[in-house]
Amino acid sequence: MSDLNKLTLAEARDLLRTGDVTSVALTEACLDAIEGAGALNAFVHKTPELALERAKAADARLAQGDAPAMCGLPIGIKDLFCTEGVASQAASRILDGFRPEYESTVSAQLRDAGAVMLGKLNMDEFAMGSSNETSVYGNAINPWKVDARDLTPGGSSGGSAAAVAADLCLAATGTDTGGSIRQPAAFTGTVGIKPTYGRCSRWGIVAFASSLDQAGPMTKTVRDAAIMLEAMCGHDAKDSTSADLPVPNFEAMLTGDIRGKTIGIPREYRIDGMPAEIAALWDKGADMLRDAGAKIVEISLPHTKYALPAYYVIAPAEASSNLARYDGVRYGHRATLSAGDGITEMYEKTRAEGFGPEVQRRVMIGTYVLSAGFYDAYYNRARKVRTLIKRDFEQAFAAGVDAILTPATPSAAFGLGEMADADPVQMYLNDVFTVTVNLAGLPGVSVPAGLDSQGLPLGLQLIGRPWEEGDLLNTAHVLETAAGFVAKPAKWW
Amino acid sequence: MLDLTYDSPKPKVISGATGDWELVIGMEIHAQVASEAKLFSGASTRFGAEPNSNVAFVDAAMPGMLPVVNEYCIEQAVRTGLGLKAQINLVSAFDRKNYFYPDLPQGYQISQLYHPLVGEGEVLVDMAPGVARLVRIERIHVEQDAGKSIHDMDPNMSFVDLNRTGVALMEIVSRPDIRGPEEAAAYVGKLRQILRYLGTCDGNMQNGNLRADVNVSVCRPGQYEKYQETQDFSHLGTRCEIKNMNSMRFIQAAIEYEARRQIAILEDGGKVDQETRLYDPDKNETRSMRSKEEAHDYRYFPCPDLLPLEIEQAWVDDIAAKLPELPDAKKARFMGDFELTDYDASVLTADLADAAYFEAVVAGAGDGKLAANWVINELFGRLKKDGREIGDSPVSAEQLAGIIRLIKSGDISGKIAKDLFEIVYTEGGDPAAIVEERGMKQVTDTGAIEKAVDEIIAANPAQVEKAKENPKLIGWFVGQVMKATGGKANPAAVNEIVAKKLAS
Repeated sequence: MSDLNKLTLAEARDLLRTGDVTSVALTEACLDAIEGAGALNAFVHKTPELALERAKAADARLAQGDAPAMCGLPIGIKDLFCTEGVASQAASRILDGFRPEYESTVSAQLRDAGAVMLGKLNMDEFAMGSSNETSVYGNAINPWKVDARDLTPGGSSGGSAAAVAADLCLAATGTDTGGSIRQPAAFTGTVGIKPTYGRCSRWGIVAFASSLDQAGPMTKTVRDAAIMLEAMCGHDAKDSTSADLPVPNFEAMLTGDIRGKTIGIPREYRIDGMPAEIAALWDKGADMLRDAGAKIVEISLPHTKYALPAYYVIAPAEASSNLARYDGVRYGHRATLSAGDGITEMYEKTRAEGFGPEVQRRVMIGTYVLSAGFYDAYYNRARKVRTLIKRDFEQAFAAGVDAILTPATPSAAFGLGEMADADPVQMYLNDVFTVTVNLAGLPGVSVPAGLDSQGLPLGLQLIGRPWEEGDLLNTAHVLETAAGFVAKPAKWW
Repeated sequence: MLDLTYDSPKPKVISGATGDWELVIGMEIHAQVASEAKLFSGASTRFGAEPNSNVAFVDAAMPGMLPVVNEYCIEQAVRTGLGLKAQINLVSAFDRKNYFYPDLPQGYQISQLYHPLVGEGEVLVDMAPGVARLVRIERIHVEQDAGKSIHDMDPNMSFVDLNRTGVALMEIVSRPDIRGPEEAAAYVGKLRQILRYLGTCDGNMQNGNLRADVNVSVCRPGQYEKYQETQDFSHLGTRCEIKNMNSMRFIQAAIEYEARRQIAILEDGGKVDQETRLYDPDKNETRSMRSKEEAHDYRYFPCPDLLPLEIEQAWVDDIAAKLPELPDAKKARFMGDFELTDYDASVLTADLADAAYFEAVVAGAGDGKLAANWVINELFGRLKKDGREIGDSPVSAEQLAGIIRLIKSGDISGKIAKDLFEIVYTEGGDPAAIVEERGMKQVTDTGAIEKAVDEIIAANPAQVEKAKENPKLIGWFVGQVMKATGGKANPAAVNEIVAKKLAS
């Protein structure tokens, strides 16, 4: 069988179970695809030997009939996840050479379920960015192209999105602090879900902003997202913020029936200057859900406009503290010191060399907003805003809304380097539709819903009730089916 | 239980060139929580292990590692709070205190600034019989300890030992209710005593398991009372904080020095700068560590890795119900039940092991006062001579009770009892059996005593004459009889018979 790497998780799973394909064959197909896709710069640490070893083990399990859903399926892991014995450096120079002695809970669950890790995927440094351009490895490139222009795959999980869109792996892990799964999914015509905060353990994932970070799957279809999410999530005693709740069979909840559901359209998301194409897609998405039997209602989430500023206070504040551990003392990069340099010089030089400009910017912003005299004006205020944003959603859900439909991004993928000279806030605006979901801790999914006039994919976002990822995925599945998005990037790499 | 009544001690007054000054002292005690594992990891807390051997991934702040609260440490802190009659907050929260130092791998200490686990409590600090200072506790919060930086192993490099990193500490913050160096030392002593009774901190100051930051200021007489009325700190002087002291002697000396330093500045027309100082015991002086301007901005904010700490009232009640008898109650009971003096009761309750030993002796001997005398004077004296603790006493409580029983039954005299104690101490054995075997029994047979008295009277006619004129000389005869009987005669019986014979 050719093009095994183009299979979805569900297709490959079924073929593995019937014995029509082996995990080794799937893995080799992906490894070949990866070898041929250097231009995309998606995989930054490849682990072919480990992958084949795990593929063989998975085939043995399958032969014995011990086949969890993910068994034998080759996937990529975002570089933010610590993987035992395999370089894990959050795309930062400061973690140069770091090979953890432990496996993150999420990647360990996938590994234990038999998934085959092909390697580590590119991302924005410490997951701070929306274009993959802050990576120490250089940016990943979107397999989608307009003319000869290289486009961003989005960020921070840009490597994951590019790899899945280009069929380098069947699926990949991502993480989402302000939109880092959903925005790259939208930019690459793939599916990405950020589950409810607390669904996936954060243990072993390099922290960016602890109260916002969540792992999630990035896949080719909604069904695949359901399959992979189930394997990734669950209670973990090692993460105090992880929820002790049962994990449902999400795939079984994809009934395709959303009759009687109420879908909210938040008026505050219709921002000034929204491109007509995005607005039209949004309307089309609402129509599709209505046609499937859902009730469409306009709703108000009045504090939406404060979300982005609040996010850009809270996330950097937590990051400034979370990143204090990268000091050159115990692991990773340490600057070469001059005679007479003391501990302060070691910190300053190590961190100046080890962190890129965007990370430095956020560490400085975070340090500033937490400092004496500014704490109340910034951090505390942002926390209050966060509470209000959360309440907006609670009220909408209390009024009977089952899910909320919004655009995933304000635009399609933009050109690499295009934002180089722009105000950093221009880049932050990429998160305008997604950060609210992180601030409220809700599940959100991005579904490819169409192409723009240039032929680039556009995504719609569905936001669900807390812990109801199954219901949310079912609605996403309906949207996916109705949109009938089947386009693939033309291979140029 | 007897309620202890007490008077407040007088504040320490230092006479300066321009008049009298009083001291105002508040303390922050860092007490290491007695627990096998650290506050947020399963790593051991054992002291003296190979450097960097008790370190979990989270202690070393490896990427992606997360803290998980060790419930036992919280239980210990709650127990401590209950022991200090403090309010237990059912909802508290952890905050991050951010600063860079190599022995702080995370770059922040997880502590509790905004919502501590324990609120207001109190400690009664005994200063003299019937005199005690009530020191109010403002709060107790739970936090992580830092590791240890080692600067003297290499001329160019520093080393870090993370064994202590993440060990649970209780920071016990007092109100500025302490009024002199002696009170400060006594406060630490009392707190240490209570913590050891509770089993929540071993109180080992040498290992740094109990350390104190001391805030010292001086004011004119009368100002403190104004502060008390208004709780307005502006009535008090500017304070300086002396950091990290782990000896009661140094605490006293440092306060004494610091107070005089501040008075000298004020009397020179100067101003005391609020700052953090360190005490140098070799030079007996404090010196500036960092000024207020150089003070760290710790950028405290709620730790996003930990949910608010919520505990149940029923759980707190359960801990309260199992609280051991604490020093004040035990002392009152000893004074009430055994009619001990305040002093003796204090000595016997100073340490839980001593008190337990004493109670075992009383249980076996049935005489609290006698037991107190023997434990305090004989046993403690002898142990001290050998540099031993009560735990290594060669004389068990049952053995000492046996000796006391022999005294009470009149089988041996007090003097013989001391010999017997020494034999039991050095050789061991059952006191009653030793007395029997070695013929140490006191002679209470009046016939035998009479015979000895008659012999002495017959041999000393001149003394008999003198004694008839001066009854005080009876003692000499008694002594002679005791000598003749090898100390075994019952002194009371000898007295009686001598008096009778001389009078006849």
